[in-house]
Amino acid sequence: MKKLKVGIIGSGNIGTDLMKKVMRSELLHMSVVIGIDPDSDGLKKAKDAGVHTISNGIEGFLEHPELADVLFDATSAKAHTKHVELLEPLGKKIIDLTPAAIGPFVVPTVNLERHLNESVVNMITCGGQATIPVIHAIQQVQNVEYAEIVATIASKSAGPGTRANIDEFTQTTARAIEEVGGAKKGKAIIILNPAEPPMLMRDTVSCLLEEDVKEPDQMKTAIEQIVKDVNSYVPGYRLKIDPLIEGREVKVFLEVEGLGDYLPVYAGNLDIMTAAALKVGEIMAQQLQKKEVGI
Amino acid sequence: MGKILLTEVALRDGSHVVGHQFTKEQVRYVVEQASKAGVPYIEVTHGDGLGGSSLQYGLSKEYDIDLVKAAVEVAGDSIISVLLLPGIGTIEDLKEAYQAGARMVRVATHVTEADVSKQHIETAKSMGMETIGFLMMSHSAPPEVVLEQAKLMESYGADAVYVTDSAGAMLLGDVQARISLLKEHLSVDIGFHAHNNLSLAVANSLAAIEAGANRIDGSVCCLGAGAGNTQTEVLVGVLDRMGIDTNIDLYRMLDLADYVRANILPAPQDITSGSFIMGYAGVYSSFLRHAVIASEKFGVDSRDILIELGKRNVVGGQEDTIIETAQQMAEKKVSV
Repeated sequence: MKKLKVGIIGSGNIGTDLMKKVMRSELLHMSVVIGIDPDSDGLKKAKDAGVHTISNGIEGFLEHPELADVLFDATSAKAHTKHVELLEPLGKKIIDLTPAAIGPFVVPTVNLERHLNESVVNMITCGGQATIPVIHAIQQVQNVEYAEIVATIASKSAGPGTRANIDEFTQTTARAIEEVGGAKKGKAIIILNPAEPPMLMRDTVSCLLEEDVKEPDQMKTAIEQIVKDVNSYVPGYRLKIDPLIEGREVKVFLEVEGLGDYLPVYAGNLDIMTAAALKVGEIMAQQLQKKEVGI
Repeated sequence: MGKILLTEVALRDGSHVVGHQFTKEQVRYVVEQASKAGVPYIEVTHGDGLGGSSLQYGLSKEYDIDLVKAAVEVAGDSIISVLLLPGIGTIEDLKEAYQAGARMVRVATHVTEADVSKQHIETAKSMGMETIGFLMMSHSAPPEVVLEQAKLMESYGADAVYVTDSAGAMLLGDVQARISLLKEHLSVDIGFHAHNNLSLAVANSLAAIEAGANRIDGSVCCLGAGAGNTQTEVLVGVLDRMGIDTNIDLYRMLDLADYVRANILPAPQDITSGSFIMGYAGVYSSFLRHAVIASEKFGVDSRDILIELGKRNVVGGQEDTIIETAQQMAEKKVSV
């Protein structure tokens, strides 16, 4: 089977972790890593792994656009805007891991199929990827009036970008809880915990439904099923304790352990972003193959 | 010794005590009386700051901003302050509070995470608000770390930095060490916020003043999370006896305390075994109510829950961990 050629823009923590995941993929070919610092650890790792590297940024890629059909953007919101302007006219697809939110929000188990034809899709936030599948699953059973998530991450796993603009996390996640999760009103809270050794990422979802839960067992099954689905592409994603259901309130306690590809295992928040982005890339690859064979 | 600037926090920290059910009438009454007594700053916000109304911390009866508006109407010469925890509240919330008339904000982070406050402190300053950095759980980091983080807040433009003993866990020496180090190395005002879990709130506040702090938090009738804060009317009286000027009318504060005790306080604000344990184990004071509820729900001793939370190094805001911890402890009990 012909693999889809992918490029990663950004050779930092996220880009390098994603590279390791793409190299294992049966559907994607890790073609090129694009960075701006030839001495960065990420570009060295790429070179060592035999991946083509470009160290003069997006301009360098524009000289060899044949190297990739799909590009993962693991840079910054500002740089992403420029990348879209340059890559869209060339017919490239972009999976955006920055907080730019230019393309529509996507969550693999929830709404990806609807946006497969878009040229740019956005991966929301780590908290969004971890919780929106659960909110959506609850919404499929009964209408959710209000959904609130609390993401607690290890201080060490919050990079300078997140720290400098923490409002971006709460506001983007809250919006996606409504637009993708389907809750009438969404709210997101993020907490940084400096404990040593660093704690695994945890997410608590609290939903207030329009009415009392009618069939608690059915609700539980729906939640367990979606956790299993997400777990299929984020292996460290799991329920911490059983969901708590009381009246019209449903509480779900989640934990995300990273795979430890490039980032330490406690950084489940970063792992879920790269794992979900990989999944989006793979589904795009499957769809393109179908198109080629004319199904 | 110069003047001490007091911030009355009963309408913010006390929000925990009433399960975030303050009414506009209560806010108006307390603000009006505190203002008449001469309190320079009065804080009015959900216990967990702007945007704190949530399933995680408790839903407010009244929208935060409406309470701020009500307070501003009767504030007289007092300045209305709001609390903002980045990660919970946002700059949008802050702008709304400003429009409602709040002119001071305290931007609070865990003691090791000051860098998340940069955008909020800078925005508040650019709007012309008096802006305070608030380092929560200051007991949990050594003095040098508190200093390094306080310096960050100062560099973002904060007018003052507070050492905040959110767990009510500090002893006199802990306060002295942190405040004096900050006093030595910062050029902005230094503040101190106490909780009375170890019955040391007034004593610690005095230690802070002696070490160089000039901004102190008090809550009338001790209305605050855990065993409450430094009791305003008591502190005002003690400072008066020491000849330290606060410009606050003692009798008016005592009258207000009597009113709060009779009309707002749901139960006597004394040091229960739960609130004592929080100071003893170094756990965020607003966990108390949640631990008591979880203890009833899962049949686990609330003291055991709080001690376990201390072991797990939970930080302020992690109320969801309380339910989970209690549930896990209950399961363990059954399986033994």
